[in-house]
Amino acid sequence: MSPIPDKAHSLVHVTDLVVDFGETRAVDRLSFTLDRGAALGLVGESGSGKSTVASALLGLHRGTGANVGGEVRVGGIDVQEASGAELRRLRGGKAAMVFQDPLSSLDPYYAVGDQIAEVYRVHTGASRRAARARAVEVLDRVGIADAVRRARSRPHEFSGGMRQRALIAMALACEPELLIADEPTTALDVTVQAQILDLLHVLRAETGMGLLLVTHDVGVAAESVDDVLVMRYGRSVERGPVREVLGAPREAYTRELLGAVPRVDSPREASAPVRGDVVLEAVGLRREFGRGKRAFPAVDGVSLTVRRGETLGIVGESGSGKTTLGRMLVGLLDPSAGEIRHGGDPSPGGVRAGVQMVFQDPVSSLNPRRAVGESIADPLRARGEHDDAVVRARVRALMERVGLDPAYYGRYPHEFSGGQRQRVGIARALAAEPRVIVCDEPVSALDVTTQAQVTALLAELQEEHGLALVFIAHDLAVVRQVSDRVAVMRQGRIVEQGSVDEVYGAPRQAYTKQLLAAVPALDPEAAARRRTARGELAAA
Amino acid sequence: MTGFSPGRTRLLRGMTGFSPGLTGLLHGMTGFLLRRAAGALVTLLAISVIIYAVFYIAPGDVAQITCGPRCSPAQVAQVSEQLRLDDPVYVRYRDFLQGIFAGRDYSTGTGTEHCAAPCLGLSYQSDQQVTQLILAKLPVTGSLALGAMVMWLILGVGTGVLSAWRRGRVTERVLTAVTLAGTATPVFVIGLLLMIVACGQLNWLPFPQYVPFTDDPQQWAWNLLLPWLSLALIEAAKYARLTRASMLETLADDHVRTFRAYGVGERSIIGKHALRGAFAPVIALSANDFGSMFGGAVLSETLFGLPGMGRELVHAVKVVDLPVVVGMVLVTGFFVVLANAVADVLYAVADRRVVLS
Repeated sequence: MSPIPDKAHSLVHVTDLVVDFGETRAVDRLSFTLDRGAALGLVGESGSGKSTVASALLGLHRGTGANVGGEVRVGGIDVQEASGAELRRLRGGKAAMVFQDPLSSLDPYYAVGDQIAEVYRVHTGASRRAARARAVEVLDRVGIADAVRRARSRPHEFSGGMRQRALIAMALACEPELLIADEPTTALDVTVQAQILDLLHVLRAETGMGLLLVTHDVGVAAESVDDVLVMRYGRSVERGPVREVLGAPREAYTRELLGAVPRVDSPREASAPVRGDVVLEAVGLRREFGRGKRAFPAVDGVSLTVRRGETLGIVGESGSGKTTLGRMLVGLLDPSAGEIRHGGDPSPGGVRAGVQMVFQDPVSSLNPRRAVGESIADPLRARGEHDDAVVRARVRALMERVGLDPAYYGRYPHEFSGGQRQRVGIARALAAEPRVIVCDEPVSALDVTTQAQVTALLAELQEEHGLALVFIAHDLAVVRQVSDRVAVMRQGRIVEQGSVDEVYGAPRQAYTKQLLAAVPALDPEAAARRRTARGELAAA
Repeated sequence: MTGFSPGRTRLLRGMTGFSPGLTGLLHGMTGFLLRRAAGALVTLLAISVIIYAVFYIAPGDVAQITCGPRCSPAQVAQVSEQLRLDDPVYVRYRDFLQGIFAGRDYSTGTGTEHCAAPCLGLSYQSDQQVTQLILAKLPVTGSLALGAMVMWLILGVGTGVLSAWRRGRVTERVLTAVTLAGTATPVFVIGLLLMIVACGQLNWLPFPQYVPFTDDPQQWAWNLLLPWLSLALIEAAKYARLTRASMLETLADDHVRTFRAYGVGERSIIGKHALRGAFAPVIALSANDFGSMFGGAVLSETLFGLPGMGRELVHAVKVVDLPVVVGMVLVTGFFVVLANAVADVLYAVADRRVVLS
């Protein structure tokens, strides 16, 4: 294989890449190059083909039945033509990949150190002892404290952030020239995401390796790469330096994508305080899980009020107790202590028609074997409406209201897109004519453009019906966009509560400041400033 | 990558590998084992109560059957008196429990015989202590079950691994067909065929005969090889399918994708990462099958002429020999419970995410 001079100095050279899964064309004549030591972000919404491109760089489509055409060269190796042995040397040796979900990406049965050592041995033929030493070395390098001991831990004994660090350590083990990171921070909390992005930043500066970052999150790309390539329907929409593409997009789709991204720093019209009646009140709510010594409070003394027509945002990282709180507000969980009052009356407990819920995952929160119309009709029937004609008419009206074609009454959840399924969930919640809807991460499984449509729908419905919304999310920018007031949760408690302008504009608590500093900025310069701010906060 | 500062190497001192000791793990299991033992006790008591009840309700004159068809009514009455069949059932059950925990004495016409705890009573038929009877039969059935399990694990898991590896190819189809045929054939057909061919025609193996392990281990294994193989052939298909299914499931997991993306070879992925995922279900199923061998080995024991528990149990049921039936069933139950507890412990050792409680 004689290297072609023009292609030799670029680390990745993709020409007219086509990937077909059966009838579906996932990648359509995509070409791009990545120079040694450079960083490129592949940005796009789900189904844009970005992860398929990442897999193609390592020849991972081989043997899966996918049809790959065009030319892919990585580090001088023609991935399409390479033999099995050459391909194995490329994978992990020259180019290493970091995956999205760090829990499922490591073997649950083996010690983390052993897994890294295995990869190192495959590529270097080192002795077991040397490979283990190398594993400890790279684990220490990625910031795992007490690496000698932690190398013996199984993946489940690591936190999400530590697992992602461990995967990055595995990637570093053989000193690759290219790091492919496929949504490396999507499953992580915002503060942990910032740490991982900072780590990638430092490692890149130290080792000089190239980075291909695949992400749906424009902010993550802005933080980490020099160039971005925006993808849609398997094709390249626009490529250029981060600053130009995000600052002055040439293509309409890029503008649409950027416009849909909620921000924590965009101008926002000051909302007048809502003065409606209190429809839902929680006093000293507490909920413990486990018994005896193992008991721990998921929610620990939370008091809040929700007024008619207002949106209360609840933000917090995973494990902060926000979902438990939401379930108690709806009556799906009984509090261990404290009280929930509806419109001033103490609630006897249990689910009440007046408070409904919209769930995070529109796939698993709808019964796959029931037509969506029937799912929406459930709350109506539960309230004693048995006249089929009335139920159907009402369901059709609800479907129409949330932007679904009433003719889809008899269709099943798998026939809908994620955004449409969430609309079904909203229609179901509306069916009971609630005064309050608790939305638990209602848009976190959706693409940004769909996210914007769903939040807009919620706002319209709120206006129309004078609904009170409790909007639970980990995404600070989304919460800022939809809420009137915000409560920041940490370890089962509300650490800061106030109007959006107060909490985002002038946070009082160190934790809130930390959260805000961790949110990726869309502007590379702002990102650099935040990186410095994070450093200072961590040092303080 | 040369960015590592020299100071970091000090971390490496005293490295011995990453497998954590088992002692700590087992230490954490004490509570689990105690609770498990208590649970087993309750289960066994419940079993004994049910069997007592069933035999009490069941039709048939126990004294008449025990004494024999030619006994006079007076003789039958004497037997009934001697076996204390006239006592209320709860008194007999209480005495039975007392025997297990404290031992009891029996009058044997000429004097009294002490039956030490754990005493499961005397056989109605032979006046032999049930404990002795079981101890005599247990090694036979135990040998049969243990050897068969080892064989079916080797055959079944081996076949499963091969067919997961060669999925969709000729090898897999042939293996699937063979193991399925094995399952579909009753033990007396497979066993008989094997016996005719291997023992009768080719003289490769002796006609099975039980030789105690303590007498001659080599002859013990040589004689039992055929029964083991027959039983294993029947069970193997189940294990092959289970292994194959779990492995294929693991092969589709994200972590397998990780190792593929890091250039780890297919052999290592199959043999190390995918096989590990099949451990848990195979262990659980083995424990069940091993336990039920004790009560269910009657067919193979009869076929191969082995004096084991299964044959004894069937005989005891036929002649309504209540103490023997109760004793045998309790011992069988004990092994089922024990095998499942062992499986749980193995499960936790194999998968550290499992918390025993």
